[in-house]
Amino acid sequence: MTIYYTEEHEWISVEGTTGTVGITDHAQEQLGDITFVELPDAGSTVKKGDSVSVVDSVKAASDVYTPVSGEVTEVNPKLEDEPELVNSSAETDGWLFKIALSDASELESFMDEAAYKEFVESL
Amino acid sequence: MSEPVIEEEAIDEGPHKLPLDAWHRAAGARMVPFAGYEMPIQYEGIIVEHEWTRTNAGLFDVSHMGQLIVSGEGTAEALEALLPGDISALKPGRIRYSLLLNDDGGILDDLMVTNVTVEGEEPTYYIVVNGAVKWDDIGHLREFLPDAITLTHLDDRALLALQGPKAAEALEQVLPGVAEQLSFMQATSTSWNGVEIGIGRSGYTGEDGFELSVPEESVEALAEALCALDQVKPIGLGARDSLRLEAGLPLYGHDLDEKTDPVTADLGFAISKRRREEGGFPGAEKILALREHGPSAKRVGMLITGRMAVREGAPIFAGNAQVGTVTSGGFAPSVGQPIAMGYVEAGHALSGTKLIVEMRGKQIEATVTDMPFVPHRYYRKPKA
Repeated sequence: MTIYYTEEHEWISVEGTTGTVGITDHAQEQLGDITFVELPDAGSTVKKGDSVSVVDSVKAASDVYTPVSGEVTEVNPKLEDEPELVNSSAETDGWLFKIALSDASELESFMDEAAYKEFVESL
Repeated sequence: MSEPVIEEEAIDEGPHKLPLDAWHRAAGARMVPFAGYEMPIQYEGIIVEHEWTRTNAGLFDVSHMGQLIVSGEGTAEALEALLPGDISALKPGRIRYSLLLNDDGGILDDLMVTNVTVEGEEPTYYIVVNGAVKWDDIGHLREFLPDAITLTHLDDRALLALQGPKAAEALEQVLPGVAEQLSFMQATSTSWNGVEIGIGRSGYTGEDGFELSVPEESVEALAEALCALDQVKPIGLGARDSLRLEAGLPLYGHDLDEKTDPVTADLGFAISKRRREEGGFPGAEKILALREHGPSAKRVGMLITGRMAVREGAPIFAGNAQVGTVTSGGFAPSVGQPIAMGYVEAGHALSGTKLIVEMRGKQIEATVTDMPFVPHRYYRKPKA
């Protein structure tokens, strides 16, 4: 399993051809209290960079872009009742959706954990 | 992921720093540009701060707001030419909510006027205006007040708001004897560590509370003294917005603007009885006609079904027809669901009316609801 990070503050953990996508801990901290997460439909086909999810905080709504293309296979069922999971465990239980990758080469441009940490510190 | 959009106002010379800037940062605040200043949006988190204010006492730095003194013989009459309030009847030590109007009856700003006249001296009024439009307000007042009236911008004073059910007991520990003198919408002043502090029992949260005008060189000591108390924590702009929305209080530049008149904005209470009878304020003819015949649209509150918040600018529908627009909206921590404020056509403004708000392509059910969403808990002294 490899975890990649994007400059848009999403993470994707990849096992074989399936990725699990969420927003980073840094991102949830910037957003503040999350009150609602709008998730994509399971079964939908999405293209890298599409806005597929919206994270609503007390103050503002933010789009989440899918870092990779593919078919959404599952969305996190817990977030409907517990959107605050994205605050408390952004990079574990607060995952947003799983996706069957259609083009693994899309992962090549992403950062690893150390590079992402450096990126956040440079902001 | 997109960056959250924080509502920023146009800034001419880059954001200014508040007198408490370093204090906010040391307290862990996240600072954002607002109304030309770098302001604390939150310290611990908006929901925690919101709930703290509803159960204890929150300290807000609102030093971005404009504090003005208008004085001289005839000041009340001169202000009445610009505002619809009965300023002549406002006694010393009393506060009134009023509106700065243009000639079409449009709202240039909403503000608080306090009669601070000292016995035996010339009439003097203290006015607090919104930070985002204070320079426009000052320009407007300078242009339209007669030359004999003096306008002073108290730009060397900071403004703190202490709000919440424990505000009075907290204030008592720092400024003993003040709270018991005041009922809601009354003001006084006192001396503290050698400086004069102006205190009004008012606020923008729906809770009991006070606004404290203090020389900027003393504001840090006052904020420290208050936040040293167990009941008091600093609260950011984010919770200020969710608290005022629950209290049904409009925010200028969002729920009110120059194109809105007081009747449509459901602020008819700000037009005093004598002024309704006599007129003589800007846009009086138009405003009084609207009062008599009813406005074509009205500012209303709405409870939003589900968990997704609707935001400023979202269109409101009845069937296929757009009948209004959301002007403020967000998750309401004390209500436990999203709420909104907006303008809808008069035929759809009755409490209980079901409407549809369109947000990001989704149709969301909204129910027109009486405001406030959370009951006001202002303190009114029992009549002696």
